[in-house]
Amino acid sequence: MKLIEAVIKPFKLDEVKDALIEIGVQGMTVTEVKGFGRQKGHKETYRGTEYNIEFVPKVKIEVAVQDSQVQRVIETITRSAKTGSIGDGKIFVRDLSAAIRIRTGETGESAL
Amino acid sequence: MTNMMRDGIRALPVVGVLGILMAWAGEAWAQEAVSMSVQPKIDTGDTAWVLASSAIVLAMATPGLALFYGGLVRSKNVLGTIMQSFIILCLVSLIWVLWGYSLAFGPDKGGVIGGLDWAGLSGVGTDPHPVYGPTIPHQAFMIFQLMFAAITPALITGAFAERIRFSAVLLFAGLWSTLVYCPLAHWIWGGGWLEKLGALDFAGGAVVHISSGIGALVCAVVLGRRRGYGTVNMAPHNLPLTLLGTGLLWFGWFGFNAGRALQANGIAIGAIVATHTSAATAALAWMVVEWLHRGKPTVLGVATGAVVGLSTITPAAGYVGAQSAILIGSAAAILCYLAIVWKARIGYDDSLDVLGIHGVGGITGILATGLFASTAINPHGANGLLFGNPSQFGIQGLMVLAVVLFTFVGTYVILKFVDAAVGLRVSADEEAIGLDLSQHNERAYS
Repeated sequence: MKLIEAVIKPFKLDEVKDALIEIGVQGMTVTEVKGFGRQKGHKETYRGTEYNIEFVPKVKIEVAVQDSQVQRVIETITRSAKTGSIGDGKIFVRDLSAAIRIRTGETGESAL
Repeated sequence: MTNMMRDGIRALPVVGVLGILMAWAGEAWAQEAVSMSVQPKIDTGDTAWVLASSAIVLAMATPGLALFYGGLVRSKNVLGTIMQSFIILCLVSLIWVLWGYSLAFGPDKGGVIGGLDWAGLSGVGTDPHPVYGPTIPHQAFMIFQLMFAAITPALITGAFAERIRFSAVLLFAGLWSTLVYCPLAHWIWGGGWLEKLGALDFAGGAVVHISSGIGALVCAVVLGRRRGYGTVNMAPHNLPLTLLGTGLLWFGWFGFNAGRALQANGIAIGAIVATHTSAATAALAWMVVEWLHRGKPTVLGVATGAVVGLSTITPAAGYVGAQSAILIGSAAAILCYLAIVWKARIGYDDSLDVLGIHGVGGITGILATGLFASTAINPHGANGLLFGNPSQFGIQGLMVLAVVLFTFVGTYVILKFVDAAVGLRVSADEEAIGLDLSQHNERAYS
């Protein structure tokens, strides 16, 4: 099993969610995060004091998938989250050693 | 400074001269229904107006100023900031009733103070006082003036935002209102030496704004900067709150300036017209200056501009007309904007710009009164320099000096005492956690 983490532009969330549901993904966790890569931040001015805000608001989606699904999920996220401009985000893949469904106690791939 | 700004500043004298000529002409045509000297007898219209004004000015202290300041600080300090305005209103209200009103407005002792004849409001009844509102109950004047006394130390809290100990706020506010505000109110409004010299301060340019501005400067320097000032992001956490506060302040200022006429008459109306015109002009002027200087007009900027226009017109509101108010509002925006830019360069941490807005605004307004005051608008006032009486400008200048010096020294001494008694600043850890949790065990947003 793998845990796929994707940091994407916030306004793309609905599109990515719909695309993932379409290919059979049944659940995900979403967090609001801040970050920067090559996308520069912006300036804010308050009464004569200027702030350089480097962090840009992003959204992180985490999806737990079977190994056989990993490539398909990566392609789906890439396709739906992409705009072509700087700041589209990144996808990371982590090994997932266990997964448990709390309600029933199922483990492994049937918990996904 | 951009080239545009330099050109703009060079254009100022031209604009200024044109404007002054306009104001001169305008005042000559001013016709106001004015009441001459009044016999002490209760007028229900005047009384209703003064009572309504008292309530309107209350809205300035809480929630007006509380929210204005609250939105400007970081979210971990919003409750602590609001608390300061709120509790100072309560504390000064009590002080005023017990001894403050007497010290400020009681029978004059040597031109310096009002003494304690009226302590506990003894002798302050519902019959009119011949000088303090001859057509309203004496207590109506007292309660109206209470609101001024309450908001002045609350203004100072902006200078030590996000780093002062709560116990220090209580002790400081109590001492400052008794030992600095009351004498100043007495000198200028309570029959003291500046009033006897003919100094004009309609609704508190010196008593409220210069005093709080200078008090704030001293506090900012004595307390020192916030930790991380210059590197940490200290941007306002909730500007909609600040704008809500600005609206309430603008609303409240109608009571503040126009209520000071103590009668529902032409002078009150003239004060409203001057006040509102100055506020609107100053907001627009600030927008223009900021747009030229920084490339974009900001919401905080126009809000600040409006407040600056309101504080600067305060001493002049009952003595000048609309054209003068336009000039005064414009001058206020430009001078206060510059003051705030220079503050950033000098580097002291008057966190919420009390000196820049109220100090500079008050001084500008007091001196402008010495230029633009006209007996055609208010025969109980005097003429300013532009209406043939240059000595008025000199008296106004003397008032500025006296208030600045007295406030400077008084505030410094009180701060040192408070520091020795309870300590002024919170610890480094407390400052990092924030006032809300460290001083009050509360969280604003869960």
